Amino acid sequence: MSDSHDHSSAGHVLSLKMLAGTFVALLLLTALTVATGKMDLHGFDLGVAMIIATIKATIVALIFMHLKWDRPFNGYIFLVAILFVGMFLAYVVVDTNTYQNDIKGWTKENISNSTAE
Amino acid sequence: MSSDHHDSKLAHHFDDLEQQFDANKFGMWVFLLTEILFFSGLFVAYATYRSNHPDVFQYASQFLDTNLGAVNTAVLLLSSFTAAWAVRAVQLGQKNLVTTLLGITVLCACGFMAIKYMEYSHKYHEGLLWGNAEHSIFKENTADVASSVREHGHHWGDVKDLDPEFRRQTGIFFGIYFCLTGLHGIHVLLGIILMLWLMRRNMRGDFSPEKYDAVDCGALYWHLVDLIWIFLFPLLYLIS
Amino acid sequence: MNTHASSVNYLNHETGFKSWFMTLDHKRLGLMYMWSTFAAMLLGGSFALLLRFELFSPGKDLVSKDVYNHLFTLHGAVMIFLVIIPSIPAALGNFVLPLMLGAKDVAFPKINRLSYHLYLIGAVLLVLAILTGGLDTGWTFYTPYSTSTDTSVVIAVFGAFVIGFSSIFTGLNFIATIHKMRPPGMTWFKMPLLCWALYATSVIQILATPVLGIALLLIAAERIMGVGIFDPALGGDPVLFQHLFWFYSHPAVYVMILPAMGVLSELFSTYSRKHIFGYSFIAYSSIAIAIVSFIVWGHHLYVSGQSALVSIIFSALTYTVAIPSAIKVFNWVATMYKGSISFTTGMVSAMSVIWLFGIGGLTGLWMANLSTDMHLHDTYFVVSHFHFVMVGSALFSYLGGVHHWWPKMFGVMYDEAKGRFWTIVSFLGFNLTFLPQFLMGTRGMPRRYFDYHPQYEYLNKISTIGAAMIGLAVFMIFWNLWRSLKTGKKASPNPWGAATLEWQCASPPTPHNFDEAPAVGDPYDMSLIQFKSDEEGYLPINPCEHDPLICKVESTEA
Repeated sequence: MSDSHDHSSAGHVLSLKMLAGTFVALLLLTALTVATGKMDLHGFDLGVAMIIATIKATIVALIFMHLKWDRPFNGYIFLVAILFVGMFLAYVVVDTNTYQNDIKGWTKENISNSTAE
Repeated sequence: MSSDHHDSKLAHHFDDLEQQFDANKFGMWVFLLTEILFFSGLFVAYATYRSNHPDVFQYASQFLDTNLGAVNTAVLLLSSFTAAWAVRAVQLGQKNLVTTLLGITVLCACGFMAIKYMEYSHKYHEGLLWGNAEHSIFKENTADVASSVREHGHHWGDVKDLDPEFRRQTGIFFGIYFCLTGLHGIHVLLGIILMLWLMRRNMRGDFSPEKYDAVDCGALYWHLVDLIWIFLFPLLYLIS
Repeated sequence: MNTHASSVNYLNHETGFKSWFMTLDHKRLGLMYMWSTFAAMLLGGSFALLLRFELFSPGKDLVSKDVYNHLFTLHGAVMIFLVIIPSIPAALGNFVLPLMLGAKDVAFPKINRLSYHLYLIGAVLLVLAILTGGLDTGWTFYTPYSTSTDTSVVIAVFGAFVIGFSSIFTGLNFIATIHKMRPPGMTWFKMPLLCWALYATSVIQILATPVLGIALLLIAAERIMGVGIFDPALGGDPVLFQHLFWFYSHPAVYVMILPAMGVLSELFSTYSRKHIFGYSFIAYSSIAIAIVSFIVWGHHLYVSGQSALVSIIFSALTYTVAIPSAIKVFNWVATMYKGSISFTTGMVSAMSVIWLFGIGGLTGLWMANLSTDMHLHDTYFVVSHFHFVMVGSALFSYLGGVHHWWPKMFGVMYDEAKGRFWTIVSFLGFNLTFLPQFLMGTRGMPRRYFDYHPQYEYLNKISTIGAAMIGLAVFMIFWNLWRSLKTGKKASPNPWGAATLEWQCASPPTPHNFDEAPAVGDPYDMSLIQFKSDEEGYLPINPCEHDPLICKVESTEA
């Protein structure tokens, strides 16, 4: 009631053609990601796989999950989740990567060697 | 404040059906947000170990069956499609079609779990488990590896020659693999229960084109389970 | 609307165990949360007293080392998971929020009930953990100790996991309620500030708590199956656990303090009989604190092996929390300025918090500083700092809020003189307990040990005496409230003269809250509410008396 400046998604019916088309597109993208996964893309493998996965996820969210016709705020909730996960991930990965050099070499074997000396 | 006529579809604390539909859907989206953050912890663990040990992930990923993973992706996509179609059907008042489509969704989910079971049992027999598991071939001390695995595990030969730290990290990969897919699998199982409940309610005639929040929210949950798999598949199976 | 004779109310319209346990009524759920937190507070408080008496003199006085380790873990776990986190959001929030919005209930009453039942299950699991081997990891469950100790970590972890879901569902409910159930005319900036604070709290609860859930599940997986993600012996990284844990648990600190700040805004405005100063600043600062709370968790990891780069970033970001916090304090003080202050128990609590939160907040800056923290980390300085914030600020606000809404909850007035006196005693006892702990900390006394060097003895003695004072005062506060249920004077619908909507319904409210839709206006405009001695409470001024012109116009039209 308070956020209702635009239409609620209640009652918006997707055409069967749209649903089936989305499904086929998702299948094609899956085939594409399997194909690119088998190729050697010289370090861009992860990037390409993630781009394709993100496209697939966007299609699912916008069409299957009705976000395209839903209240924008529901979409913002989704984006906030992604944003916080991204922030969380970035901090921890930067941190562990930075201290990795300090702990490298401190494996169990080396410690027992150094105490033996 | 509220209308005088009694409407059994409307809970007493809402003013009208639109407010109720909006609130339910809003609540569902907030719940999906918590689900995404629930998984995020494991994605962070994944990212940490992968960025520090890319070679381990590349090595370990070859033990996963890409074809089974791809088939499972297709199965989940199909179930998502039928779930979305079920929402369309309930909006149009096609009661029997809703039951059928939800049924197909449940079947796909069961198929997904069956394939998952095949993968898990295969890994168990070959000893492709986290470092501390009894049947693991990535154990700290190679002498501890169970004799059944030593005899039947296909990859035992090469694994034994790995650097100890590399072997430990491979164990971590499988720890993450089982946690991520296991947690996702639990969500699939919950989804099956949810869909069966929706089917029962639908057959009882609880839904109509005016009130179908439960089907809509159930489908949203199911799409999220699909979304997470869309990321898990390339992250775990397609590391070249 | 203003009659005292509202015989049917939410307390007496149904009776019996089931009518309470299976209720969907937000008011009853709020009360049950309140009694539960009080019970847990007595449990956690008695742990605290045992700890303090053990520390009265060096060496073993009362309990053994192992028992001491169990006691401080359980004191922390009970006070955090069972008392402070559900205190204001779940207990007061459940009771007050729908009333403040003029609504009949929260958006999802069944989920609300589920949330309370989950809280009870979690509490039972925690008690079960105490009975089946105890818990000695500290409430933080740090790995690798938590995965190797032979105490009941798994049961305790599941308990905390279940309570986490209870907290998530409460947050989800409040967000949906605030978004979708506001009455016509109540825009975001006409909401009472407690609603803003609860909204910001809920945002933290839904974003952060799931991460605690997964961290705890991984501990269970590690103990049961030996997965090894946090175990260095298997190639895992224990610092990763601390990242996961504090990504939740630092924001959780603001789950404790943000709603307290919301309560304070209500108390200061009401008891100063003045419009809150800087409404939008307080509202925005709640949201700012909620957001900033997510990017500072690394200051718990300064000495854990976190990289210097990330520590520096976290240190700088941690300072920014001071800005929105200070904005709130300045606005409260400005609200009191030239107000007509009445020193009720609620107001005395609120004014105590300015002192306690000032100290708690400012000492936080010392530990935000990377180099100072190297010295202070894991000393009694930290213990004192977070008690000033979590007890001194959050629990004092909770008790202030309980006194403030007590007439609304039960329709009776508590004994003001006694409530005020014991609140002041608990304030003095609190300072006596925790100010010496700052000194112990700066002189290097580490936390979590059952013994200490004799040089800290006199400080510890003062601290223990203070703790006994708090124990007595809190007990007397509860006793005073309890007694008022039997002997208290009947309360009018609006005994304090507040302008928020919950004071427009009867005290105690009817089962459906409002007999007629409440009139929505500025929640802090007190000029249209005046004291009526025959009502022993405040009533809205009749617009005709206030401005005869209006009536003339109306009567000529009629």
